Amino acid sequence: MGKFNKKKDGDVPAVSTASLPDIVFMLLFFFMTVTTMKDSSLMVQNTLPNATEVKKLEKKDRVLYIYVGKPTREYQKVFGTEPKIQLNDKFADVSEVGDFILMERAKKPQELQNVLTTALKVDKQANMGLISDIKQQLRKVNALKVNYTTYEGDAFRNLQ
Amino acid sequence: MPRRGGPPEVNAGSMADIAFLLLIFFLVTTTIETDAGLDRMLPPIEPPDQDVVIKQKNIFTVNINKNGQLLVEEELLDLRDLRNRAVAFLDNGGDGSCNYCKGGKDGSSSDNPTKAIISLKNDRETKYATYITVQNELVGAYNELRNREAQRLYGRNFTEMEAEFLNPETPASIRDDLKDKVKTVQDLFPQKLSEAETAASN
Repeated sequence: MGKFNKKKDGDVPAVSTASLPDIVFMLLFFFMTVTTMKDSSLMVQNTLPNATEVKKLEKKDRVLYIYVGKPTREYQKVFGTEPKIQLNDKFADVSEVGDFILMERAKKPQELQNVLTTALKVDKQANMGLISDIKQQLRKVNALKVNYTTYEGDAFRNLQ
Repeated sequence: MPRRGGPPEVNAGSMADIAFLLLIFFLVTTTIETDAGLDRMLPPIEPPDQDVVIKQKNIFTVNINKNGQLLVEEELLDLRDLRNRAVAFLDNGGDGSCNYCKGGKDGSSSDNPTKAIISLKNDRETKYATYITVQNELVGAYNELRNREAQRLYGRNFTEMEAEFLNPETPASIRDDLKDKVKTVQDLFPQKLSEAETAASN
């Protein structure tokens, strides 16, 4: 045993890092399972208003999203600065909202088709005229459940 | 020179590096938060078969103009007072048929919470932010009253019970129990919030 040097007092033994990959993999799997990839990139400015009486939007598979807001800077040259509607990955006219809802509804499984919610993600600065038109379109295709998506916060901050 | 006895061992030292790389990628792309917002039902497009006659005193009119000012029951009102005015209107119980109301029993205001209707009108140029604030205050008024009744009947807040009921992780047995309670409280103060199409047309 003369080959091994006797450890001096006060020498700390090296920490084994052999289980480090295991720990990292555990974390990796956690994040892989909870991750939801963004399915469409935003082409409109989307600063949502604040509200206090909010309800959580559970079950993401039953939600259709409609984005409204001014086009972001790179699109402003082409589309101007007036608030526009974004459906999936492109700008759309108000008249296309109904068709969009019907198409998206047809893609969902049968049992979910009657319980879909339309989440309206509308920028603070948008005017109600556009929103009223969208609401009218939604009524036409009988998509009556809407959720005005907001941030949680003091509603009076909206007014500033 | 490889050993004769068996295959050479693969060096697993860089495994941690690869895993870290993946981990960082998923960390960056993760969004865990769920969206939240104000749930509303739009009215169906077909008009009701027969015209319903509603007494003027049972309607609480809220008009928002394009500058974000409020006209409530024909008077200018500050947004901060809206919630209390709506609560007073809903909780009035004018004809005495509502035994849980604590309002002023004013004969010129709503008869019963189940008959009281809030009518919201907005201009096409109203800012969305203002509209959401008004919606928030009106929903807040309903929640305030429902919380009060839920506290009286079940000793807990309505909003809390409803959130637990809607949460898919709540066990089914608790959900069934909550369903009845939520329904009972909702029926005491049914949310009757009517929205006219747009101010320009009428």
